Amino acid sequence: MNQTATPEGLLRELAPRALGVVVRRYGHFADAEDAVQEALAAAATSWTADGLPDNPLAWLVRVAARRMADQYRSDEARRRREQLAASWSLARPDPAPEQDDTLILMMMCCHPSLTPATAIPLTLRAVGGLTTKEIATAFLVPETTMAQRISRAKATIRASGEPFSLPPPDQFPGRVRSVLHVLYLVFNEGYATSTGPDLARSDLSGEAIRLTRSVRARLPEDSEVAGLLALMLLTEARRMARTGPDGELVPLAEQDRTQWDRLLIAEGVALLAGARQQGQVSEYQIQARVAAAHDRAATHDDTDWAEIASLYGLLEQMTDNPMVRLNRAVAVSMADGPKQGLAILDGLDERLGDHHRLHAVRAHLLEMAGDDERAVAEFRAAAARATNVREQQYLTTKAARLATDRTAHGTGGPGTSSGRIVGRG
Amino acid sequence: MRFMLLQNYGQVESGCAPMTEWTPEEVKAHIDFQIALNQELTERGELIDAQGLTGPELAKFVVSDGATAPVVTDGPFPEAKELLAGYRMIDVDSLERAIEIAAQASAAPGPDGPIRQPIEVRQMMSAPDPEV
Repeated sequence: MNQTATPEGLLRELAPRALGVVVRRYGHFADAEDAVQEALAAAATSWTADGLPDNPLAWLVRVAARRMADQYRSDEARRRREQLAASWSLARPDPAPEQDDTLILMMMCCHPSLTPATAIPLTLRAVGGLTTKEIATAFLVPETTMAQRISRAKATIRASGEPFSLPPPDQFPGRVRSVLHVLYLVFNEGYATSTGPDLARSDLSGEAIRLTRSVRARLPEDSEVAGLLALMLLTEARRMARTGPDGELVPLAEQDRTQWDRLLIAEGVALLAGARQQGQVSEYQIQARVAAAHDRAATHDDTDWAEIASLYGLLEQMTDNPMVRLNRAVAVSMADGPKQGLAILDGLDERLGDHHRLHAVRAHLLEMAGDDERAVAEFRAAAARATNVREQQYLTTKAARLATDRTAHGTGGPGTSSGRIVGRG
Repeated sequence: MRFMLLQNYGQVESGCAPMTEWTPEEVKAHIDFQIALNQELTERGELIDAQGLTGPELAKFVVSDGATAPVVTDGPFPEAKELLAGYRMIDVDSLERAIEIAAQASAAPGPDGPIRQPIEVRQMMSAPDPEV
């Protein structure tokens, strides 16, 4: 909440509140969102030049309202102007507390009829206060493409005809889940980035954390919200250690744990403890408990793999997700040995198909089991099917290193040491 | 998910004549189709980039050992038909959607109806999942 030191931080914080007031007053979410965007852009210029107005929120609302009026004044928009006049006449001085607007806005932006690819930018713009250009840059698409994506999202919401209010109680939990899913994806986008060569785009992760915090402020009793926030914090804590000097991926086992952020870990662990007391186990909570188990271990060898294996077992029962089973196989191998892990992979080929993660996990377990020949083949198969550059590089290096070691052991002749040095780099 | 939709100078499956032998109307209809498709993809928020490349006549192959002067080969090339003619870069929700767009592009109009141009669909590399 304390980003307000800079005009930019203040604007991001005020964005959903201003939008809430404008939509409440004039209706028309889609048009109001455009108007508030313009007001934010005007504020960014004017506040930097002339200093903050006495009441920044009122300033934004006033400017946005003027933009809306201008928009409706044009002849082409006569019909909409009449609609607006009608909505004015119905103006409900809704006494609902202003802070609920943020939650309502998120529920609109994360509408179940939208795909995540359209819900995400709309949420970042309407609730996060980011500009279209910033969002386009973060997702590496042209600004016009991103602008179209956002306006399509708004058209879908407009067509849904949903009023600007919290959904009825029977729909409420489902809508919260949609919001959390979108925030989870934004976090992952920032943490892993599904596009481009850069591993870390912390601005998106930071934004996801900020927005999840604001959801939690509105729903402090919700253990799933707490679970998601905990998961984000416990994962974010490892960010610095996750990449090497050249941006390469550093696996958990090789990370410098002194670089982990202890404050974030402490906050995440405390959130989890609170969530567990609230009963009701959620998916995010379990994932967060896995992250916490890693974060707690002083060294990779100290990791409580039995606990992680049982957590993944629980998650697998809840979700029946084959990727979860893949993770369980790794944890079981660490706890009980690679044979047990490999047995868990049986039958996954049909469900996951020719997926690179399945090859990669099988390769690791075969390596653990000492079957280097098949491990090399699986590492190569995984590298050939990887969908991201870092993983492909990692898997290729693993295959090369293992194959070189095999040759080295096989011949025992000169030149073996150089191969190992390269392999270890 | 990001994909490249690639098309080369090879034969199209309709077996129609090369574009240089079409009537001006046929050429215009084809170009209009490409522009309209790009427009549609932009409006759907899916298009990242679309480019056509100059022809094989202007292509050069460069080989170097990093020490001596590079060997630059000019055309004509016996394998000119395998050269890239153009691409679309798209950002879509699924492989299915990418294939749908590729199918649309493949059915671009020619002198005897859709030219059935083979479109190569290639997923672009991205960054890894968080818990790798």
